[in-house]
Amino acid sequence: MSASTAVDTDVVLRARGVAKVYGGTHALRGVDFEVRRGHVTALIGENGAGKSTLMKILAGVEQPTMGTIELDGEIVAFESPADAVSHGVAIIHQELNLCGNLSISDNIFVGRELKKGMFVDFAAQRAATRALLEHLEEPLEPTTLVGDLRLGQQQLVEIARALSEETRVLIMDEPTSALSATEVRVLFRVIRELTARGVSIIYISHHLDECLELADTAVVLRDGNVVAQAPMADVDLKWIVAQMVGRDESALFAPMSHDPGEPLLEVDNLIVADPDAPERLAVRGVTFTVHAGEVVGVYGLMGAGRTELLESLAGRNAALGGSVVLGDVDLTHASVADRIDAGLVLVPEDRQRDGLVQALSVGRNVALAAVNRFVSGSFIRRTEERAAVDGVSQQVRIKAAGQDAPIGSLSGGNQQKVVIGRALLTRPRLLVLDEPTRGIDVGAKADIFALMAQEARNGIGVLFATSEVSEVLHACDRILVMARGRISAELDPRTTDREQLMAYSDASLPDDAMGATARTDTDSPTTSEDN
Amino acid sequence: MATTTTKDQAATPSDVQTTKRGIGEFLLDQRAFVALIVLVIIFSLLSDAFLTPTNLITMTKHVAFNAILALGMLLVIITGGIDLSIGSIVGLSGVVAGVMLQGWQLSIFDTTAYPAVWVVILISLAVGALVGTVNGLLVTKFNVAPFIATLGTLYIARGAALLISDGSTFPRLQGDPATGNTGFSFLGVSRPLGIPTAIWIMVVFALVIWVLITRTPFGRHLYATGGNERAAQLAGVPVRSIKMRVYIISGVCAATAGLIIASELTSAAPQTGNTFELNAIAAVVIGGASLAGGRGTVKGALIGAFVIGFLSDGLVMVGVSTFWQTVIKGLVIVLAVMLDQGQQRLKDARAAAVAAQSVKRELAAARPRTH
Repeated sequence: MSASTAVDTDVVLRARGVAKVYGGTHALRGVDFEVRRGHVTALIGENGAGKSTLMKILAGVEQPTMGTIELDGEIVAFESPADAVSHGVAIIHQELNLCGNLSISDNIFVGRELKKGMFVDFAAQRAATRALLEHLEEPLEPTTLVGDLRLGQQQLVEIARALSEETRVLIMDEPTSALSATEVRVLFRVIRELTARGVSIIYISHHLDECLELADTAVVLRDGNVVAQAPMADVDLKWIVAQMVGRDESALFAPMSHDPGEPLLEVDNLIVADPDAPERLAVRGVTFTVHAGEVVGVYGLMGAGRTELLESLAGRNAALGGSVVLGDVDLTHASVADRIDAGLVLVPEDRQRDGLVQALSVGRNVALAAVNRFVSGSFIRRTEERAAVDGVSQQVRIKAAGQDAPIGSLSGGNQQKVVIGRALLTRPRLLVLDEPTRGIDVGAKADIFALMAQEARNGIGVLFATSEVSEVLHACDRILVMARGRISAELDPRTTDREQLMAYSDASLPDDAMGATARTDTDSPTTSEDN
Repeated sequence: MATTTTKDQAATPSDVQTTKRGIGEFLLDQRAFVALIVLVIIFSLLSDAFLTPTNLITMTKHVAFNAILALGMLLVIITGGIDLSIGSIVGLSGVVAGVMLQGWQLSIFDTTAYPAVWVVILISLAVGALVGTVNGLLVTKFNVAPFIATLGTLYIARGAALLISDGSTFPRLQGDPATGNTGFSFLGVSRPLGIPTAIWIMVVFALVIWVLITRTPFGRHLYATGGNERAAQLAGVPVRSIKMRVYIISGVCAATAGLIIASELTSAAPQTGNTFELNAIAAVVIGGASLAGGRGTVKGALIGAFVIGFLSDGLVMVGVSTFWQTVIKGLVIVLAVMLDQGQQRLKDARAAAVAAQSVKRELAAARPRTH
């Protein structure tokens, strides 16, 4: 723990002895933390370490139980986010906080509308929005409803909103969790422009390589304490991970050496509409096979069609053409429930929205999809249900205060394990996971990859989508690269490198242009480097 | 009456409107308006008296009460709330006006006061605002679900109306020149430029609320609150104050309707307005608003009020029994909401099928080359 006693005029924002208690839980235990002018400070820690709590306090969303916040050496107490913003402290939240029923420009300016007299100056808001979006290289129409945007684009709207405010300290809580590689590059450029202007950034990300690249200072939190603090130039990934969890990252990915068995899932020329913009197709004729006992990774940029492909396999979006066969069961037109019965289950990308029932306990959430297994007559056999939930909870290593704990009390990583546990409880033959590590910590990531490998060894087929190059290179037996709704390449991770992967995924840059018409002459190369 | 309804055709929550659309989709999009036209055509075929200026004005006057209620309800529904108390406020405000116009017995001063008509109107509106304030406080300060909070005030306000009037009707509200409180009838009886005052009031309310929700920060905050309350809060939207205000506005709208009705009948009965809240909800929903919040327009609520009003009056004119009228009204409401759901799905399915066809052709052409 460090506490610089010397007066430092370069420090913009300082937390002294900040503690936060929720009920009986100490989320923060007296944290000293400082932010320097024009610096990027990376705040690193596993989920539950207290990062988000600290940021919420700095941004006025929550008030500290103890301790003080100083801005330019003066003690401040932010009563609300708006209060913090008026002092020049803004935050980009981890969970998106947008109104889907309003347009992009309405979302950016809601709560602080540009006015002409007593009326909203819509033209000015649109112009400002257009400029912001262009700066972020995302030329969307400012009047587009936010509900019609993909997750990554929504995240950019959040970022645009923070950029539209005059800020001195900008807190970014997992700003890239839904962004593609290209969009991340743009964000980094913008961050460097901001720091050059003297804006200080607090950057929170589970992508440690991002922190290494971007940050001037690393601050590591563990169990509500600052355990280490160092200039980024002096440290490396190993050091960070060691500080966070006290173990080596090489253990993150389980070894991959599976013997693929029989073909399990056969997808032929599948066509799927984009649920948000049906005149666009999200999946434009995809053909592939997943074998039993094999882990297949689907890599692609935002908008490549990964999520839509996986959700269509799970029965969420009807196929407009092609076929899906699992084993010898034709699932092309089957319902979600029929697919689960047949052994195909999806762990969705957005666990908050699609994965968890907030009103139910941990145990009830785990049992949700398999509840019919415990029914006799018209009643649920509670003890059997509890036993099964306990079993699978141990298998996926859920850390919770028992089955009856509210789902909201779990960290992101444990919530994800709940969703995976539920999927496993349905006894799947094919486990489909969409971005299984989105917004979760290193420890939970390792658990999830180990679990996927373990399931594959047990003979289950595993299909997962990710936007992380390192995951797809280390955690699967075979890589399918998607670009613009097609499979642009099928690669062997052992003989593939980062650049190759990027090249195939970028092959025909998804231009996001509405209603991109079919172009027969520019078919992406169907490469097969599979042995 | 088409003038008032087409006036704010462009009143969409966000100024987003795509242009390229087929005529069928356009009709489906404007289904509430189409339904209104269809109703007018059917009834004018069935009854010669339907499509006459006199009858249209009479029917519109009937519509006006419900439209004014629906406008207040619209604001509440956009925030994701509901206001069940408005029917009772209609009764209460009428009774309050009645008691004052008949001579307000101030027993502590041992006199009977005859307040001027404008004072009576202001006090009655204030009573509506008061009930709205109670609703707002219950919802924002005490976290009572809007349905329950306003269900409670529904009973309380109705009970208050019965208590004040002792269960009986106040007749003869035209006032007495001797006490200087004449003129109350202008709200319900007079006709500036040949149009009943109630219609003028409806038009003014509609315009004011339309400007309020489409042009001012309040409007944005309203839609934001209903769309994602937490996001709105974090963005600095004063969510509580927004909710307070919509319940107060709704209460004032209801009190206005109560005054118009009392004025028109020149009497005030405590039971007036019973189940009016349901007609207002129906109008708002037929107009395309979502009870989940975040969606709804002034144009929609007005058209919804016209559909319900014209339907009721038209059925009476062609001699359909009141029992069947009730059934038909219910069917129309359910149909409206079903269409609302079906429209989007239909649109999406058609667009997707077109796109899929082109890819299938493409795949068929490409197949001999690959594999």
